[in-house]
Amino acid sequence: MEIRPIISALMRSKASMVLIGLQVALTLAIVCNALFIISKRFELMHRPSGMNETDTFWFGSNGFGQGYDARAVQQTDLALLRQLPGVVAATTTNSVPMSGGGWGEGLSLQPKQKKSTANTTVYIVDAQGVDTYGTHIISGRNFKPEEIASMKFGDRLTPPSIIVSKALADKMFPDGDALGKAVYLNEDPPTTTIVGIVDRLQEPWVENDDVENATLLPGYMPYGNSSRYLVRTEPGRRDEVMKQVEQKMSEANHSRIIGKLRTIEQVRAEAYAGDRAMMIILSAVIFCLLTITALGIVGMASFWVAQRTKQIGTRRALGATKYDILRYFLTENFLITSGGLLLGAVLTYAFSFWLMTHYQAKLLPWHYVPVGFLCLWALGQIAVLGPATRASRVSPAVATRSV
Amino acid sequence: MFAYYLELGLRSLRRNPILTALMVVGIALGIAASMTTLTVMHLMGSDPIPWKSDKLHYVQLDNWSPDNPYNDDGSPPDQITYRDAVALMAAGKADKQAAMYKLALPIQPENPEVKPFQALGRVTYSDFFAMLEPPFQYGAPWDHGQDAQHARVVVLSKETNEKLFGGQNSVGKTVRMNSIDYSIVGVLAEWKLRSRYYDLTNGAFADPDEFFMPYTTAIDLKQRSTGNNSCWKNSGDGWDAYLDSDCIWQQMWVQLDSPARQEEYRSFLDNYVSEQKKLGRFPRPLNNRLLNVNEWMRDQHVVSRDVEVQTGLGFAFLIVCLVNTIGLLLAKFTRKSGEIGLRRALGASRRDVFTQFLIESGVVGISGGILGLLLTGLGLIAVRALYEQYKTVAHLDWSMVAMTIVLAIASAVLAGLYPTWRACRVQPAAQLKI
Repeated sequence: MEIRPIISALMRSKASMVLIGLQVALTLAIVCNALFIISKRFELMHRPSGMNETDTFWFGSNGFGQGYDARAVQQTDLALLRQLPGVVAATTTNSVPMSGGGWGEGLSLQPKQKKSTANTTVYIVDAQGVDTYGTHIISGRNFKPEEIASMKFGDRLTPPSIIVSKALADKMFPDGDALGKAVYLNEDPPTTTIVGIVDRLQEPWVENDDVENATLLPGYMPYGNSSRYLVRTEPGRRDEVMKQVEQKMSEANHSRIIGKLRTIEQVRAEAYAGDRAMMIILSAVIFCLLTITALGIVGMASFWVAQRTKQIGTRRALGATKYDILRYFLTENFLITSGGLLLGAVLTYAFSFWLMTHYQAKLLPWHYVPVGFLCLWALGQIAVLGPATRASRVSPAVATRSV
Repeated sequence: MFAYYLELGLRSLRRNPILTALMVVGIALGIAASMTTLTVMHLMGSDPIPWKSDKLHYVQLDNWSPDNPYNDDGSPPDQITYRDAVALMAAGKADKQAAMYKLALPIQPENPEVKPFQALGRVTYSDFFAMLEPPFQYGAPWDHGQDAQHARVVVLSKETNEKLFGGQNSVGKTVRMNSIDYSIVGVLAEWKLRSRYYDLTNGAFADPDEFFMPYTTAIDLKQRSTGNNSCWKNSGDGWDAYLDSDCIWQQMWVQLDSPARQEEYRSFLDNYVSEQKKLGRFPRPLNNRLLNVNEWMRDQHVVSRDVEVQTGLGFAFLIVCLVNTIGLLLAKFTRKSGEIGLRRALGASRRDVFTQFLIESGVVGISGGILGLLLTGLGLIAVRALYEQYKTVAHLDWSMVAMTIVLAIASAVLAGLYPTWRACRVQPAAQLKI
């Protein structure tokens, strides 16, 4: 196929060619970067929290008045929760992964260290803590009941033992020998001993860099008159147990408010609602953009076909086959799209650099560009197929008719 | 002539209904995408209190650890300690001043029909109301005297008053919170805040405060904040040690009525910190900051990065739609070269041809704009559904409606200009040859 006649024909309608090329270029730039953002958000949203998320829920209890004995209420509540049918484990705690609010601390190897070796969140739980979160001990042991201290909010945390997530253990002791080591919670003695390591447990703050650093600390610590409970149920019985708990907890004690019961699935959905929205909005933009560009190509090609009906007839009369005409328009579209894509590759990286400097985004991986090329080539060819087929059906007799 | 050109334009548009629809929908989608995102961005970042936003300032002091800055960029912490808040309140060097923090308390309604509920409120000084000017439906704020007396008084939000008293004037009645009775001195009218700019630490788009109570009263009752608390070293055991510690959990706003007053206050803060340094506090270099409302909102990224990226993409999408429309109009007008040549040969001036075709593209633009406005409305409904917390910033206001229409017409004329210019450069002679 001769490309030269196609190019010289194109040169006669430079503006239209440039406009389609420009549209293709911008489309490539936006689609590649938007897809990259979507894939990053998808990765973030699908990180495991380390918890059993499907069977677990949590809620708060807020008592009123000076005479309210939060400590005693915690014990009766836990007893009540644990004897409910369908409950596997229950614990008091202060927070859960992805919830956005929690307790942060520094862990150090030396006393009075200027900068903590690692930051971690602290979940203050009782002997059923590990089991309720649904995380797994990969080395060491669980808390013993006698280790669960009664603590007052506002007092320093001085637990004799802690259980840490694997990520945190590796950060503190890169050689992998964290088990049994003494570390400083904050900067002052006494030390606390790492008695167990769990495979994974996230912090409440999903946007943090050290999101995988979590520490389980044994204790009962009401916050004023408030306590929070985490409950894990047998698979499939969560919703049924939640109804039970809501009713039983309110009946058990009238001088308090039971907060809304929330499943960990809800906690996850809320934590990533912004990312989900961003993904949906960007997908909608990509869809509209590809549609507009495809329709633009259809519209433009239709005009060219209509404009050149006579020439097509002449070519057919001179012996060109239907296939030749079809191929002419497909090749023409391929050439325009290719030009646009080359410009688009430059724009794509310009856009990516802009996102990088202003929004701390990562540079677009190179493979997005060739994939984008293939997609837009295909889009162009499909879009032009209709008008090109119409062109190939132009009768050679047209050449002999006058306008 | 205008009516005639309009008729010609409409007829020409009717002749290619699919193409016309494509151009109109293209412009409409572009407008909708850019205006939806721009509206959200505009309302999020808009000045919440334009008549005095340059007078209200947020106080930041850097009491953080000598070894690690609070923020990686070296900017001071976003909250201050209790002891500094109280010292600055006692000094009273600003025209108005209020320290504050967030507090959740259980409310026990007298009405047995209403179940007890946990309410989120704000603990602050009486100047809060004079500075931020929330509207009152009943009663008035508590006064400086009541601040000093640690009075057990409370101001309710409109919603709380509706829940507890069915919207009746409840001033003078009492409300029981955490088993203590507080007398109601005022009830707010609806306070439409797009962002809760006075406490960005605990969420710019968090739910509005349900009650307000004197700071001194809450401290008497040893109420810790329900909001953010950060410490860089152990606060020691117990309440008194906590109050004395370097933990930050307070926000502080001051009103400074003139640039001279602002300068005075800045040097007052510098002196205050220098004095504290002599006592062994504030180990970091002097790093106070006094930002006004808009500066503080920018610093805290009230307009989220996602929203900025979406707005950028929205406009890039509009450009693609415009390029698309230009291409289609160009092709269309080129096909009409014969017709144009004929009209020119029969005596129409270039200006006539220009007007005719510009009217045709104008019709496309205005239809696209109207459709775009409708789609923008739908887009904002979608944003409200996707981002629950943005309900206050995802609605169309008059300025944005006007802007949408202007943008639509401008886009269409811009898109129509080049094809029209090309159309009126047609040489009559070249077109009349057979």
